Amino acid sequence: MTDEINNPDIPVPEELKGQVAITTLDKIYNWGRRSSVWPMMFGLACCAIEMICTAASRYDLSRFGMEVMRPSPRQTDLMIVSGTVTKKMIPQIVRLFNQMPEPRYVMAMGACASGGGPFKEGYNVVSGVDTYIPVDVYVPGCPPTPQALLHGLMKLQQKIDNESISTSPWYSQGASEAIPIPILGPDLIDPRDFDRIAARRKAAAEPSPEA
Amino acid sequence: MEEKHSGPIETQSPPAAAPAEGLEARFPGSVRRDERQNFDGYLVEPGKLVEFATALRDEFGYDYLSSVTGVDYLPEERLEVVYHAYRSTGGPALVFKVQTPRQDPIVVPSLTGVYHGADFQEREIWDLYGIRFSGHPDLRRILMWEGFHGHPMRKDYQEPYFEEEGKPYKNRWPEGSVYRIEDKNPFHGNVQYPDEFTPEGWVPEGDDALYAGMKKVSAGGNGDGRGLGTEQIIVNLGPQHPSTHGVFRVVVTLEGETIVELKPVMGYLHRNHEKIGERNTYLMNIPFTDRLDYICSMSNNHGYVLAVEKLMGIKPPERAEYIRVMMVELTRVANHLWAIGFLLNDLGAFFTPALYAINERELILDVFEATSGSRMMCNYMRFGGVARDLPEGILETVRELVFERLPRRVDELDAYLTGNEIVRTRSIGVGVLTAGQALDYTAAGPVLRASGVPYDVRRADPYSIYDRLDFDVAVRYNGDVYDRYLLRMDEIRQSLRILRQVVEGIPGGEIQTGKPQYQVRVPAGEAYGRVENPKGELGFYVVSNGKPNPWRYHVRAPSFINLTAMGEMCRGQKVADVVAILGSIDIVLGETDR
Amino acid sequence: MYGIGIVRGLGVTLKHFLETYLDDIRWLGRRYYNPEALAIRQSPKARGAFTVQYPEERLVTPEEFRYIPFLLYEEDEAGVKHDRCTSCGICAKVCPPQCIWIVRSSNPETGRPIPEPTEFFIDIDICMNCGLCAEYCPFDAIKMDHDFELSAYDRQSAHIYNKERLSKPVSYYASIRPSNYEREEAARAAKETAKAAKRES
Repeated sequence: MTDEINNPDIPVPEELKGQVAITTLDKIYNWGRRSSVWPMMFGLACCAIEMICTAASRYDLSRFGMEVMRPSPRQTDLMIVSGTVTKKMIPQIVRLFNQMPEPRYVMAMGACASGGGPFKEGYNVVSGVDTYIPVDVYVPGCPPTPQALLHGLMKLQQKIDNESISTSPWYSQGASEAIPIPILGPDLIDPRDFDRIAARRKAAAEPSPEA
Repeated sequence: MEEKHSGPIETQSPPAAAPAEGLEARFPGSVRRDERQNFDGYLVEPGKLVEFATALRDEFGYDYLSSVTGVDYLPEERLEVVYHAYRSTGGPALVFKVQTPRQDPIVVPSLTGVYHGADFQEREIWDLYGIRFSGHPDLRRILMWEGFHGHPMRKDYQEPYFEEEGKPYKNRWPEGSVYRIEDKNPFHGNVQYPDEFTPEGWVPEGDDALYAGMKKVSAGGNGDGRGLGTEQIIVNLGPQHPSTHGVFRVVVTLEGETIVELKPVMGYLHRNHEKIGERNTYLMNIPFTDRLDYICSMSNNHGYVLAVEKLMGIKPPERAEYIRVMMVELTRVANHLWAIGFLLNDLGAFFTPALYAINERELILDVFEATSGSRMMCNYMRFGGVARDLPEGILETVRELVFERLPRRVDELDAYLTGNEIVRTRSIGVGVLTAGQALDYTAAGPVLRASGVPYDVRRADPYSIYDRLDFDVAVRYNGDVYDRYLLRMDEIRQSLRILRQVVEGIPGGEIQTGKPQYQVRVPAGEAYGRVENPKGELGFYVVSNGKPNPWRYHVRAPSFINLTAMGEMCRGQKVADVVAILGSIDIVLGETDR
Repeated sequence: MYGIGIVRGLGVTLKHFLETYLDDIRWLGRRYYNPEALAIRQSPKARGAFTVQYPEERLVTPEEFRYIPFLLYEEDEAGVKHDRCTSCGICAKVCPPQCIWIVRSSNPETGRPIPEPTEFFIDIDICMNCGLCAEYCPFDAIKMDHDFELSAYDRQSAHIYNKERLSKPVSYYASIRPSNYEREEAARAAKETAKAAKRES
């Protein structure tokens, strides 16, 4: 453990080696967070099965301190979007994301969550969860094998390692804004899209100048 | 101290082949044979449908309405509803159809009064095809949400990302200028709105209709008006809940802790399998079937290739049949292990039984990975054979698994769980479904057989090489959660028995009839291929018009239809039993919502 | 007596618990980070703890394992790369989610098509890893890769693979799928000799 967090720039006297570790606040803070990322117990589709297998004995997420899967978003650090995101489900996913405390991370597991996947052309499929919530790591594959998911999680740990307390947005003033929850209309409506829909309607109502 | 539940028994011999002689004579003028080439069954006048179905059930013995689906014959301006009915004693299907013109209002009488199992399937047809079923008690959308614009399975419905009627798309080659399809959409997303739509004034319909239906029950208070006055409450479970096996939701009306009414709500994983399947070529659908019941991709492949092989009139060589059965039975073992592990999870034994089960499943997945290249999405079977031969040494691994390891591990699981008093208290007498109800609600697979109906497609309507294999149809009689658990244990043992025969008897030779082709020629006609999936009868209804893409591609999904009976199983139970009952039905959302 | 079933069940868990330590003793500390031990630990003979210590040790990837497709090229003595792909378009036609885009080359003077691709794109956010492209390619030019460590922080720039990103040498293919490679090379050689014999006769 000391190897991981020791700051090599500051020399430790020979007689204190093995008893004292000198580190930076950032480093120990990040070390603590990266070793206890709690994912949400939240599965969508096929990829969820591989996620469960990753948590099971063969691949064993607890080696990374991630075995504590929490069913409640209030207690989680990481949302693994494991599977196809449908229009009917996206309001709930956005709501869950809004309920997660910061710092929070999102991983898009598999082709579907990243960009729609093989079902992209379907009428009820959202092409990529990142159109609504920010994604930190994308894991390609259909489905990603458990080892591929572990690789993605290690990539997330690297990302956490590179963050700093002084610049982290979750300690800055003012609460972060919640993402507006999509509405189920005649088709899925993103509340941020109202203007665009109105403009389209106007364009459709007016006869085009060429005609 | 363990009372012996009766073990597996043999099913009846296949019944006489002639199905329902005299049906036309019984309904002169309103029932006639479907004369289209390569089509089968009867065409029934809508006005006579209920009478016809009642006679079919009561006089002709077709007590099991397996599948109901719609077809849109756009060029002929017709919509059709197709029914597949069976006798629970076995034998081939009786197909009957109702035709209706495509102009509104499109109304067909509902069969829910005759067969309760038609409930969800008719709702699905209303949702996707816009056919109203008169007399249906609760005709709401089931896969999409209330307020969604259009009926997407109609042939003239175009998705926001519509490119061409059928694959392969012409712009991919030779001038493939790569693009992301969302960049071509005005909203940069997978959406489209009616022209006059104004989002500001939109009030989502939400679940008002659903809750109103649930409230109706609670209007009477606690019945007789005596004793304590209690208030009924409506509780939602899901779609984000650790025990719903995915994105599934149930709405429960509670009286204290007792369930008065329960309704499943689904569609949170509706990923348009059938619509995409009708754009795909026949071959392209094989990897998509993997993603239906994603725990059992091998058996999904099997059901689909059987249906298309029926249309094409080909048969795979002997070795391929053996390989197929081997893979399918390994899938069954893996699925039941998973189901048992997670049933225990739902009962509160958090994670140890599931870990033991996943351990063994991983070893089976290794076999799949070595053979097909993928742990879960095998994409292994082809029309007239399998994709590639078994790799070297894999037969020895399977032999070791089915002769040595798995029997030992199943016995261990048995010793671990079967006698456990907590398991028994939580599951005996919970979620009972009687044999009559199971047939009425079209329950299939383990749910049906645990209720005392020895119906197994492998015996009732044998396919592949099952008629030559020696195995018993497992059956249990109490129809509760505990029996469904025991039945899965029985089935694992029977599957291992089949596997031992297959491993011993697998012949050499070809694995594919004819040359592997990527563009198969499928003659026009209809076919229904069905297999006994680990979760129940999986059927594929395919209509071909001779083109490279299927005209209609429907999946009769066992997990979807098994849920029809869930309300019945839960009525009168305690709210804590809902997850146990759901776990014992063993659903997979990929298949439920498709 | 009430409770016997529970006690018997707990016996099973105890057995599993002890087995782990017995297995550790059996291997005398060489249980982990040891390919020979890994092969047994992950086979039907496995006993005790079943865990693979990824990333320090990895499961043996079976030859047929498939992830994202890649394109093969051959390198001649001068170091010039020759694509095996002839841009016949079969992979784009069989691809179930239609995630392959091919731009065929053409001779700038005559306008006739040349049998090699100018560009070749695969959108890995759509690809379903089904392997049909590799299965039906008549020139053994597209194959399924074993590399699964592809996680990235960004998909807009990284997830549409172009020809450069997809191309890998034949020697790499021979290293991940030796027996497939041998079989295909033998078939190609046989075809060549048959062609040569035909030309002579």
